[in-house]
Amino acid sequence: MPSVKTSFNRRSFLKTTAIAGGGMMLNFCWFTACESSSDKDAAPPAKAWFDFNGYLKIGDNGQVTIMSPNPEGGQNVKTSMPMIVAEELDVDWKDVIVEQAPLNTELYSRQFIGGSQAIRHGWNGLRMAGATARQMLREAAAQTWQVPVVEVTTRAGVLHHQASGQSTSYGEMAAAAAKLPIPEEVQMKEVKAFNIIGSSQKNVDGKKIVTGQPLFGIDTRQEGMLIAMIVHPPAFGVKLKSVDDTAVRAMPGIQDVFTVKVLEDDFERQHFDTCTFLEVVAIVGNTTWEVMNAKKAITIEWEPFAAYTEERTPYGSEKQTFTIPAGLENSADHLARMVESAALPRQVVRKDGDPEAAFKNAAKIIERTYTAPFLAHNCMEPMNFFAHVTAEKAELIGPLQKAELTEKTLSARLGLPVEAINIQLARLGGGYGRRSYAHWVVEAALISQKMNAPVKLIYTREDDMTGGIYRPAYQATYRAAIDADNNLTGLHINAGGIPESPLYANRFPAGAVDNYLAESWIVNSNITIGSFRAPRSNFIACAEQSFLDEVAEAVGTDPIDFRLALLQRAKDKPVGENNDYDAERYAGVLELVRDQSDWGNTPANTHRGVAAYYCHNSYSAQVLEVKVEDNKPIVERVSCAIDCGIVINLDAAINLSEGAIVDGIGNALYGELTFKDGVPEKNNFHQYRMIRMSEAPKKIAIHFVQNDIDPTGLGEPAFPPVFGALANAMYQATGKRLYDQPFNLD
Amino acid sequence: MANFNLKINGKNHQLDVDPATPVLWVLRDHLHLVGTKYGCGIAQCGACTIHLDGVAMRSCIIPVSAVRDQAITTIEGLSEQGDHPVQQAWLEHDVPQCGYCQAGQIMSAAALLSDNTKPSDEDIDMAMHGNICRCGTYTRIKAAIKTAAKVG
Repeated sequence: MPSVKTSFNRRSFLKTTAIAGGGMMLNFCWFTACESSSDKDAAPPAKAWFDFNGYLKIGDNGQVTIMSPNPEGGQNVKTSMPMIVAEELDVDWKDVIVEQAPLNTELYSRQFIGGSQAIRHGWNGLRMAGATARQMLREAAAQTWQVPVVEVTTRAGVLHHQASGQSTSYGEMAAAAAKLPIPEEVQMKEVKAFNIIGSSQKNVDGKKIVTGQPLFGIDTRQEGMLIAMIVHPPAFGVKLKSVDDTAVRAMPGIQDVFTVKVLEDDFERQHFDTCTFLEVVAIVGNTTWEVMNAKKAITIEWEPFAAYTEERTPYGSEKQTFTIPAGLENSADHLARMVESAALPRQVVRKDGDPEAAFKNAAKIIERTYTAPFLAHNCMEPMNFFAHVTAEKAELIGPLQKAELTEKTLSARLGLPVEAINIQLARLGGGYGRRSYAHWVVEAALISQKMNAPVKLIYTREDDMTGGIYRPAYQATYRAAIDADNNLTGLHINAGGIPESPLYANRFPAGAVDNYLAESWIVNSNITIGSFRAPRSNFIACAEQSFLDEVAEAVGTDPIDFRLALLQRAKDKPVGENNDYDAERYAGVLELVRDQSDWGNTPANTHRGVAAYYCHNSYSAQVLEVKVEDNKPIVERVSCAIDCGIVINLDAAINLSEGAIVDGIGNALYGELTFKDGVPEKNNFHQYRMIRMSEAPKKIAIHFVQNDIDPTGLGEPAFPPVFGALANAMYQATGKRLYDQPFNLD
Repeated sequence: MANFNLKINGKNHQLDVDPATPVLWVLRDHLHLVGTKYGCGIAQCGACTIHLDGVAMRSCIIPVSAVRDQAITTIEGLSEQGDHPVQQAWLEHDVPQCGYCQAGQIMSAAALLSDNTKPSDEDIDMAMHGNICRCGTYTRIKAAIKTAAKVG
């Protein structure tokens, strides 16, 4: 049987121990009851349903309802995660009904999306949920037929006993099976026996999406529901001084206007409680249009705030103190301050060998500096949440990436026990990290509490784009020492950002260069930042992969061969310790993309660039093929190789990776948010340029490495390499290296 | 406030609203037709695309008073069974990721194909330029439009 290492390490409801020789010990402490779904009306005509565990129930008609534990943000988890359960249950996918589970920390663990970890962390639990129910069905059939359980086989929802010729459906055996004790040991399928995992199954919400059915948080409606909007400070560095709501209160449809303290000053913050707009003005009314009009008419005075510190506990880390400076910041000063900080003493994060000597003795030194601006996430569905808070409980519905963590913040702010907070997970109209930072959920709940009524809070696009939680601005200087024989003898990375460093000191090329120095610095800011699809990696990959391209050229080596030689070194004789990548898998994606792109045979009039990166436990390498016309890049073709272990839903995985590439090209060419006197200089899509259809690549080919490794991340890993591959292709086309994002060819 | 009689998806609706209310919010808040999405409010993203007498329009900037007797079609009314060739092609290509922009994309694509049954790549780029997909499903959208063009 497959050897599966458990990845449950927090409050596991399923504890697993792999045992030699077969089987897997299961120690259950989960409920067998299945929480009701939010969409009961859609239940099929089964007369009875039998609960097997929190993930699945089987109807007497053979249909299976599988709960998808994690919220769906476009990465396909609502289809892919149930596919894993269905595989081990051995049921026909057409008999599966998928329901979105609500937040339930008793039944499920890690109901997050973020860090490309939903499938990776869900893998074992989902498989065991299916395998356990299958085992119970086999036991029930064995008892009914009076035959040994080992002789009972399954195929696509049917139980068979070959010797006696008996067979029956799961539906017929479900009642008896659900009564059996949960087995302590179950056999899971061999990877080669998978037939659902690795196939292509359609998005379970596809029909609802294309017919416009209510599905997203913003579509939520309840009887008596009011609409709320907030006014947040127009600039970073100011806070609320006074509100004149006289005119607004008299406007049609307006119910109330009040201020909301989002987090109290002494609030004990967890990592995702990032918020600089600590006090906002809420306007509550009957309809969205009426509240929008009131929002335009309100008079608010703002005043500068003084510098302060706040403590936050980064996820999975120790409590840290963050300094929030006073002042109205400007992008021009940001660039100058990054240059200054890079020249000041820095934190040495990793040092191998003797980098000083390597640079002193170098025949040639190449030094290049890369920068990138703040970016807004710009989820197409603006931040919104439904809340109905009463004296006893809080009902919340909406798009949220880390509900389990938000629940604690809500509990503290509302003065209700965690058990009284119920969160339904709506489909997210995009997340990309933004919806992990749930200040707007707290705002919705506090507004509902004050109104003592159901309320839907909606941000305008302008509120959303100017509301903070941006991808930080970054700078990285790379220096290479090259000896007389064109060997890379030293590498120095000096990287920082506002207010976070993008450095991953233990990633490639660490481990492949004898003399290595990685240093870090930060510049404090009152502009809030947050995770943005492959945080830090999305910048540092571009700097690193652009730089390696330049070094490869300087030493006269093909850029793929150059990287492969470094990876060979890291594999054969790694330098230093804690190298955070598998050199063989890294080389594997480069070799695959080299072969699939027919590297070395560039079509006439086009130009190619390559880049590769490892993040979120997965590897991706890409070759972009561009033409430049009128100083405008046209991406003809992208070849992309990915090693994310076992692929669950093949076509959806391809879709997700295609999207990462389009997203990367868009952000590399246009993504930028600048500030003037603390005010974001763009507030809607007439100013913030997003990639459009005509600018997307004409052709994208995604190639997955085939292996039996447990699945790893996919939402993020294909995103970081795009920037560097584009920069390197553009260099081939124009002879001009691109160091600053967004790339400007003029 | 004023009374309006709107023809939406083949049905008449009477309502009493501020004449300046954009059609988007009339659909979403007053008639509970939430398939038409709010994305920007300034006709820059296409999430709110509807048809007015068959022409693709951004409902977020059209005041309800400007509609008069023009027939409104929303994503909910594009087809009775959700089987318009564009909707079918979207399912065949499994286009959506998050899905939020897709109603607007489908409405723009359906309007394009009703005018131009054999659009070139450039025609598609032009017609779809006003619709942003933040997840980056553009290559699939284009492929689905070509599939729908063959069927339709």
